[in-house]
Amino acid sequence: MQSSDAIYDSAEGGLAFVEEFKELVRYRDLLWQLILRNIKTRYKRSALGMIWTMVHPLMMMVVLTLAFSNVWRITLPHFAVYVLSGLLLWNFFSQTTNSAMSELLWGGNLLHRIYVPRGIFAATALGTGIVNLVISIPALLVIMLVTRIPIRPSLLFLPIGILLASMFVIGVGLLVSTMVIYFADVYEMFQILLMSWFYLQPIIYPITIIPESYRWLFQLNPLYYFLAVFRDPIYEGRLASARDIGIASLIALVTLILGWWLFTRQADQLAYRV
Amino acid sequence: MPVIEQRKPKKAEAERHNSRIVIRVEDVSVRYRVPHERISTFKEYAIRALQRRVTYDEFFALHDVSLDVKASEVFGVIGRNGAGKSTLLRVISRVMRPTSGRVWRQGRVAPLLELGGGFHPELTGRENVFLNGALLGHSRAEMARRFDEIVEFAELSEFIDTPLRSYSSGMSARLGFAVATSVQPDVLIVDEVLSVGDERFQQKCTARIDRFRSDGATILLVSHNATLVQSLCDRAVWLDKGRVKVVGPAAEVVSSYQNQ
Repeated sequence: MQSSDAIYDSAEGGLAFVEEFKELVRYRDLLWQLILRNIKTRYKRSALGMIWTMVHPLMMMVVLTLAFSNVWRITLPHFAVYVLSGLLLWNFFSQTTNSAMSELLWGGNLLHRIYVPRGIFAATALGTGIVNLVISIPALLVIMLVTRIPIRPSLLFLPIGILLASMFVIGVGLLVSTMVIYFADVYEMFQILLMSWFYLQPIIYPITIIPESYRWLFQLNPLYYFLAVFRDPIYEGRLASARDIGIASLIALVTLILGWWLFTRQADQLAYRV
Repeated sequence: MPVIEQRKPKKAEAERHNSRIVIRVEDVSVRYRVPHERISTFKEYAIRALQRRVTYDEFFALHDVSLDVKASEVFGVIGRNGAGKSTLLRVISRVMRPTSGRVWRQGRVAPLLELGGGFHPELTGRENVFLNGALLGHSRAEMARRFDEIVEFAELSEFIDTPLRSYSSGMSARLGFAVATSVQPDVLIVDEVLSVGDERFQQKCTARIDRFRSDGATILLVSHNATLVQSLCDRAVWLDKGRVKVVGPAAEVVSSYQNQ
């Protein structure tokens, strides 16, 4: 990594888009250490340990199932799995985008004391989010077995669903991180936005309760597609439609590139403003 | 308490006449744009921008600073609080990019400024060693190789697997120092107010830094203390309000500073 010939020249620069990525790769050991730190500190002093991540979505699942499963028992058999798989994806999105910002704002200690690649904050948030999501999958499988929903080979598509969602999530994380560097209240504004956003995709209800003529509005929400790509292999036992996968892939790619570009463009401002 | 022993070793003289430059700072400025009125929310900004009322003040933490640091020399940075010493170190160690100008640097840099900056209280000493090592840019494999030596130097083998929150501040500092100096640096950046434990341990640290120096490392020493800079440094710079007042042989710089 570093050697006696290591040269730093502040004037030399390729494209920030590329250079920041190279730096992130160079510091991959640090990325791993930070993700490890996040995981360990979350579970070290808690009695329930790793199970703690699952408690909130599981409780929500129980409450929502008790309240609504009868309402939609025709449209949505195995409501518990429908809700839980949607919640897992939602939590992945909301928690990762939030921690991309909070790592930046309150991990500022790091950044003012020693050089770290600017992308490390969002990357750490993503890595931590993925680990938390993957840890939740066994619990999801248990619920599937308990509620007797068939476990199909379509589940093998899960990694792709997670990959596409990750690209979107980090893209959004980078976008809000860029804004929060300049305006601290973006953090709160985003929380408020998330509260409403939760209802704009069919997590706790079937899409069929939305009248056909209004359904297109909900399909303007990018998360609609990531939800389908992630949930269909679990709940429907088949892959999402080619159209949904295609749209999700496109949105994922565009969001990632746009987010990374905007963030790295002004990454130097971090040290001046945060 | 002086970290470096108060004598200059005779042997490294030859190296000091070697004019190979290790750090070059060229016309570096660090400029903050501070809005006249504090605007922290997006709403305020939008309102004022629409009213065309957003005006800025410029604050230069560093202004057109130029200096060179040569291989194997001990280079002092002296000045009052707020003069820009920390900012200079930050641009040199890459924590900040200059607003204008250029910083060029060759070699491995070990900043001994905030020992254990990345330490997390919930992790054990062992886990923190790897985390801190990664922060300093060392690979995991490298840290694994040096782990035993680090723990031994810090004299913490009994406690290495207990969480850092149970360490005293001296213990944390010892561990931080051990990690920061585990890989021999080419450039060492030292703040004179380094406190690393008791007298005996301080001497160990001093000895280690001296060994680096006689092996040819370059040392950047930040200080308020003119006498210290005079006795330890070959060359120095006096910074005032972000500008270079004098740069040159330590004796010259110090006497200008003292006669202001």
